[in-house]
Amino acid sequence: MNPRRLSLLLGLALVPLALASLFWDPAMLHSVAARDPGLARTILIELRLPRTLLALLIGGSLGLGGAAMQGLLRNPLASPDVLGPSTGASLGAIVAGYFLGGGVFGVALGGMAGALLALALLLALAGRGAATNTLVLAGVAISALGGALVNLALSLAPSPYALYDVMFWLLGSLADRSLPQLALAGPIILIAGGFLLARGPQLDSLALGEDVAASLGVNIARLRWLVVVTTGIMVGAGVAVAGSIGFIGLVVPHLVRPLVGNRPGAAMLPGALAGAALLTAADLAVRLPVNGQELKLGVLTALIGAPFFLWLVVKDR
Amino acid sequence: MIASLIAHDIARPPMLAPLSLRIDSGCVTGLIGPNGAGKTTLLRALAGLGAGPGRVTIVGEAPGDLPSAKRARRLAWLPADRDVAWPMRSGDLVQIGLGPGAPRDDTAIAAALALADATAFATRRVDSLSTGERARVLLARALVARPDWLLLDEAVANLDAYHRLDIMALLRAEAARGAGVLISLHDLDLARRHCDRLLLLHEGALVADGSPADVLSPANLARVFRIRETPLGLEKAPPV
Repeated sequence: MNPRRLSLLLGLALVPLALASLFWDPAMLHSVAARDPGLARTILIELRLPRTLLALLIGGSLGLGGAAMQGLLRNPLASPDVLGPSTGASLGAIVAGYFLGGGVFGVALGGMAGALLALALLLALAGRGAATNTLVLAGVAISALGGALVNLALSLAPSPYALYDVMFWLLGSLADRSLPQLALAGPIILIAGGFLLARGPQLDSLALGEDVAASLGVNIARLRWLVVVTTGIMVGAGVAVAGSIGFIGLVVPHLVRPLVGNRPGAAMLPGALAGAALLTAADLAVRLPVNGQELKLGVLTALIGAPFFLWLVVKDR
Repeated sequence: MIASLIAHDIARPPMLAPLSLRIDSGCVTGLIGPNGAGKTTLLRALAGLGAGPGRVTIVGEAPGDLPSAKRARRLAWLPADRDVAWPMRSGDLVQIGLGPGAPRDDTAIAAALALADATAFATRRVDSLSTGERARVLLARALVARPDWLLLDEAVANLDAYHRLDIMALLRAEAARGAGVLISLHDLDLARRHCDRLLLLHEGALVADGSPADVLSPANLARVFRIRETPLGLEKAPPV
């Protein structure tokens, strides 16, 4: 399919999903509006709007980041979680939560600082001009180290309540996010995403190997670090606001790539839109009460994503 | 007539000793030598890949310094390995040869596929093609921008007899339009019949350079390739 037509279709699919997310439970909204129109407006603007837009933006950033990483590393198993920025962001947000009191900005900035720190470590470990395989292995090692440090931070939690808060935050959720959080993460995701999308043709040429791409004028070392750092910042901003939401970045590129003739660069925009649609749909599903609790978004994406990924692997075996 | 490609003192230790050479456009130059002689390393160095001393220039410019839009038309390098990371369609693969960011040009893609006798594969996924078929699609990728220079590493290695001759005739036609062609070959018969000039590499050094008849002398065949010609064909030379 033409990538433009696919993007248009996916973009159209976003409209009903976004409206459903915005006006979830219309009966409740209606009764609130009848009693107190001001309260209904507050709910819509200060709760629903950030939740909807964050689902679109973060879902999009995960799908786009996964497509970009897979194209760059020419590896269908790559995703932002693999190279460490997601784990780094979790760690940074937890540490900021402990020491800065858990304010919205403190946690968000801690998350982005953690993602960038993980990337700085990656750059230092893998070195400039490192082979792609070295980069992946270093990323896996940093992810493992970050995971261990997250567990250390959890076991050193100052109080059971703090532990409970952090653990729930780590499960990933978009409930009760605020406009300031949207104002913080939104521009970062949009700018980084636009920057990544512009690298599409260069990622396409990587299909023939780094040397052929270099012979066509692609500066491989520069492209590699630009894509890694941009993806890291983008994903870090998302994790800092919503916690860790797994599998969207890994699975979405596999869904859209075959539809655009398996071109890694052409899969990026449809990947972003499909990621946005999936996360928004998942965020609608978690609002259906299960056992009186709202399900956590990251739990749902992993519950659906992991078996789906297994199916993809078995199908292509 | 397009200017010559000139290599000044390029070296890639330990694979390639320092060497300078000049290759003229408008003719087909063959690069021959046993396994490990440095053919691939030399072709990569001429394409501006890999780090090492020396300089390669075409009309006074280093191809590596050109912006990518210009570079695809100046020089194409075709590696010997046929790996494609994603199961893309042949036509999309050929488009890559126009350079990143170049607008899609279906006319040029169709023309390049036709040159490599790969038109039938245009909409097929490369993972469904045989090695030789894929080699022809990848050759079309190198041809699509109609570059001034073609640096081809074992471009006919996996091809059947018909397509070897077909591609050598194609390279002859590319040279006739003014392109410079440098192709590494293991098939000495093709090298003798279809190249204007041969470069013979041995253990990382350029040991012979000239017409096929001169370079493929009995002395060179025995010393470098350890073979000799007999009326029945080539056979192993007795150890010296």
